[in-house]
Amino acid sequence: MIFNEKIECLDPQDLKKIQSQRLCHIVDYVYQKSPVFKKKFDEAKIAPGSVKSIEDIVRLPFTVKDDLRENYPFGIFSSSMKDIREIHISSGTTGNPTVVGYSKEDLDLWADVIARSLCCAGALPGDIIQIAYGYGLFTGGLGLHYGSLLLGLTVIPCSSGQTKRQLKIMQDFKPRILACTPSYALYMAETARELGLDPKKSHWQIGILGAEPWSEAMRQNIEERWDIQAIDIYGLSEIIGPGVACECHCKKGLHIFSDVFYPEVIDPVTLKPVGPSGRGELVITSLTKVGMPLIRYRTRDIVTIDCEKCVCGRTSARISKVLGRTDDMIVVRGINVFPSQIEEVLLNIEGTQPHYQIVVEREKGLDQLEVLVELKESFFSDEVKKLQNFEHHVAKEIESVLGIGVKVRLVEPKTIERSEGKSKRIIDKRSL
Amino acid sequence: MKITQISVFLENKKGRLYDAIRVLGEKGIDIKTLTIAENEDFGVLRMIVDKPQEAMEILKVHEFIASITDIVAIEVDDHPGGLAKVLKVLDENKVNIEYMYAFVEKRANKAILVFRFDDLDKAIAVLAKNSIRVIGGKDIGNL
Repeated sequence: MIFNEKIECLDPQDLKKIQSQRLCHIVDYVYQKSPVFKKKFDEAKIAPGSVKSIEDIVRLPFTVKDDLRENYPFGIFSSSMKDIREIHISSGTTGNPTVVGYSKEDLDLWADVIARSLCCAGALPGDIIQIAYGYGLFTGGLGLHYGSLLLGLTVIPCSSGQTKRQLKIMQDFKPRILACTPSYALYMAETARELGLDPKKSHWQIGILGAEPWSEAMRQNIEERWDIQAIDIYGLSEIIGPGVACECHCKKGLHIFSDVFYPEVIDPVTLKPVGPSGRGELVITSLTKVGMPLIRYRTRDIVTIDCEKCVCGRTSARISKVLGRTDDMIVVRGINVFPSQIEEVLLNIEGTQPHYQIVVEREKGLDQLEVLVELKESFFSDEVKKLQNFEHHVAKEIESVLGIGVKVRLVEPKTIERSEGKSKRIIDKRSL
Repeated sequence: MKITQISVFLENKKGRLYDAIRVLGEKGIDIKTLTIAENEDFGVLRMIVDKPQEAMEILKVHEFIASITDIVAIEVDDHPGGLAKVLKVLDENKVNIEYMYAFVEKRANKAILVFRFDDLDKAIAVLAKNSIRVIGGKDIGNL
């Protein structure tokens, strides 16, 4: 079932028309209502009236997370507080948390896009949904809740945690749909087994999983363990929370609801659009929000985008699963390198720890990438030759993923500084 | 007739060799001989000590990566051709040497050759058959 067939299956030209109208409106709206955007537009010498169509979006200034933090708590809102109905907060590792506000219209929009997402995943009115996302300041729980009500599902608002009770509810109430993070879906499978339950016999048929990046391998794992369809849902609180995009049963990318959340994919260094199906940072403009619309918000999530019509009939573009983050991205010899890529390689190699540090240096104009890897005791050999072969093996594995040459250096365990943040992962000694 | 050698992973960082030697010295471990093999990134410190088990524990406490390897020590007269005689036997019997090092024993004017073989038992059998004296851990402790 397609929740809003008229919109979701729009002819691309008609969709473009709607996007253009909405962009003109929202640019004008934020310019009038939000001093933060007025300042941004004035500094970029953009007169709101000069924006005529969706193609003009590339001229507009970006919005970043710091814009929200610097205007903490409510400075970036476009509505006055008396029109804000709900507030959510996402915790940051440093500084002020990110605060987002929803007007009545925004809450309706949220319910609408979640209902679309639920239908994408295969939910039907009358289904029972067990929502095991956290309820509260986190957007996951309440977002799914509002959308489920709109679609006409029976909601079991479990929130996260209390795994044994979750499993009892699943057995007794027989919900067909589970909504939670992918890691919690795996954790529950472990717990089920410990309790002597067979996860394959669960009543869940569909898992709507999101709020963290997860791989295809993890999807397979979850689907096999629970014998369910594991569907990826994407969102971020700055835009609305979950419900920005969701996979349909084809699992060939996440349908982004681009009539309301206009996507662009840019090169995070040059800030120019990447070509069709190129990999880059997802940038989203919320075209219809009232409380806290954002113009060209840089999500920091790396995706590719596919504009072809989907087999399911929906015409909106599809984004890939999140392939990485730009926060800790470095560019070496023109290639984007993400620490997460190196981490994944190390996790797959016996004998290394996923503790590593990346050192970038420029020698005679050429960037050199060195990866310091902690050696595991069991892999130590008294023969230098064997250790050296091991270094080469690790380097080869990393090279095959990154596509550029690296040098691996084995270091003693616990010598690489442990830190909560990611910044320590990279030491960039280049003077760029 | 195997002797225990201790190998320690040393990151190529100032002071790491000193750190390793110091913690052993502080606990009264007598190092009979040592050698370092290295590449540009790291070194492997190999040594023969009087109390290998104790030495391992000390190194672990100080979070060094260390391992124990069985090696063979051979005593030869310290004169020209002493090493060649042994190598000839090994070569003729197709015994591969992974690495070796040597030191001179002070009192008896003997040279001690330390060998790491890939096939230790075969090596010991070959040496015994050719009447080459392999010394035991006890002998090393008494040096």
